[in-house]
Amino acid sequence: MKPPITVERHPRDKLLRVDRLPHIWCPGCGLGKVISAYSKAIDNSGIERNKHVVVSGIGCSGRASGYLDLDSYHTTHGRPIAFATGLKLANPELQVTVISGDGDLSTIGGNHLIHAARRNINLNVILVNNFIYGMTGGQASATTPYGAKTSTTTKGNYDHPFNLPFLMRAAGATHIARWTVLHHVQLQESIEKAFQHDGFSFVEALSPCPKGFGKKNSFRNAIDTMHYFEQRSELEENPELTQLEIDMDPKSDVIVGEFFAEEKMPYFDSKDRFFHYIGGHQA
Amino acid sequence: MLEEGTYFMKGNHVIAEAAIIAGCRFFGAYPITPASPIAERMSYRLFEEGGEFIQMEDEIASMAAIIGASCAGAKSMTATSGPGVSLMLENIGLAYMMEAPVVIVDVMRGGPSTGMPTLTSQGDINQVRWGSHGDYDVIAYCPSTVQECFDLTIKAFNAAEKYRVPVFIMADQILGLMTSNVKVPRLRDIKIVDRETPMDGDDTYQPYDSSTLVPPMAIAGHGHHVLMTGLTHDERGYPATNPEGQEKLMSRLKRKIYENIDDIVELEEFMLEDAELAIVAYGSEARSVREAIKQAREKGLKVGMLRFKTIWPFPERQVNELSRRVKKIMVAEVNLGQLVHPVREYAVCEVVALTHSGGALHPPAEVLRRIEEEMK
Repeated sequence: MKPPITVERHPRDKLLRVDRLPHIWCPGCGLGKVISAYSKAIDNSGIERNKHVVVSGIGCSGRASGYLDLDSYHTTHGRPIAFATGLKLANPELQVTVISGDGDLSTIGGNHLIHAARRNINLNVILVNNFIYGMTGGQASATTPYGAKTSTTTKGNYDHPFNLPFLMRAAGATHIARWTVLHHVQLQESIEKAFQHDGFSFVEALSPCPKGFGKKNSFRNAIDTMHYFEQRSELEENPELTQLEIDMDPKSDVIVGEFFAEEKMPYFDSKDRFFHYIGGHQA
Repeated sequence: MLEEGTYFMKGNHVIAEAAIIAGCRFFGAYPITPASPIAERMSYRLFEEGGEFIQMEDEIASMAAIIGASCAGAKSMTATSGPGVSLMLENIGLAYMMEAPVVIVDVMRGGPSTGMPTLTSQGDINQVRWGSHGDYDVIAYCPSTVQECFDLTIKAFNAAEKYRVPVFIMADQILGLMTSNVKVPRLRDIKIVDRETPMDGDDTYQPYDSSTLVPPMAIAGHGHHVLMTGLTHDERGYPATNPEGQEKLMSRLKRKIYENIDDIVELEEFMLEDAELAIVAYGSEARSVREAIKQAREKGLKVGMLRFKTIWPFPERQVNELSRRVKKIMVAEVNLGQLVHPVREYAVCEVVALTHSGGALHPPAEVLRRIEEEMK
């Protein structure tokens, strides 16, 4: 007989659609930690809850929006940043956060990721990087490490992965951070910083995918990736961005930290330089 | 906004100005021949009107952005041509599923593929109706004159807001780049429809309430905490990916168009009273057909035209009725036979096609020759 599911009140419940729980994510998945960090950051943000909007794409991470009790938009594969761009432009008062995965945002949606960064539009992108397409059964993505085994690279991945912080810096993002989901407080603080930052924020959250990635590679058990993150994470404040590739080799370090932040004219201010349209007339 | 008066303007520019009058305050697009003049006009006009323009990185992004803007409350539009529509199709399905009101202008050009960017065609008629996967419906207006670029753009926004569906304006290269007189009525005489929204603080609000065909639409930031998804969903917006959930949602989405079909469909009858041959035509092509019919009438031939101002939803009843009045229907279009198929499906008389590979309209003389041949 199945034991009854007991749902107890949790401090984060008020930001969750508790009537949708339990969620669909596997035991050992890091997505819950991302949701938790994001919702704590919302609590701390001092920004009215109704102004927070979350947009996601397709995949395991894409389901994030559906569990958050906010205005939430679950869009098409790869397109949440483009969708969020429209939302933000139509109402700049909204605090728009995109939560989606490496497959969604950096692979099929890579074009929108770089162009939103280029525009320095005030969006917060939380890219949950688990190095794999989880929902479709563990196929290689644009962040799958070189040599890693996936269900479409059974002998080892012969494609080179993106170094996302470096890519984002080149594309024009003005706030770049990376943490593992083990760095819960730091992740939360980087998300809070993203809310405050006037410009495009990119927060990469490294997350275990025990079923899709871990067990085919060096992390047999769900906890092994977390142990790896615990033992090999290295905090660097000003790292050489070209050196931030992740190979998920148990002998390699994972560089984490608040990597980059600069003040650069954000999208709306930049446009205002050329168009002063208050009152309906160009100055 | 354009004030009351007569203007000498390009069809594409008229669409842009009419959109602004209709309330369009967000435009996202990617340049493409022959639709670019719409984006060019919007790029400064919208800022003057307190709206937002953005040139997106591609048409996929353009379509996604206008849905996002619509969810934030802005009446939103994009403009493109056939290749751009091809890229937008997935998100057109998203707009349909989320029930986000959006307007898509398709200034048609020769296809397939890159085809003939600078020459006309009516080859996207089926693409907009059937191109996205699954069962869905769109409303598609098809202007035939620059004046209709104005009138039907207003109607397109009104229909999008009223029914919460993606609405197309199917112009073509000739109409988009044609300059002609357009009359703009007094603004207060133009009927503008805005979407229904729930009251702020309404705790009983269900975003996809199935007791009504078109539920009110919550706007981001107003505290309704809606979940909008492309997944099959229930009244709360929560995923309900099972046959019952699918049936419940799809039947409402279908009914909201087909139970209002008489409100949506617009047709013009031209010299049909005593016609033995009826020509079905739409868009620029209808101009040639009209001229040919005038010439045929001078020769005593009983021919008329049923002109579709809306192509989708298909006017099933009207075509069936027409087919009982005439001996034969000829569908004239600048493609190799697209609208002729649904006409055949609903007509009980003989239906023939006057097709064109694209790049030009049928000259009236050619339509006339074919009329004479069919009426022999």
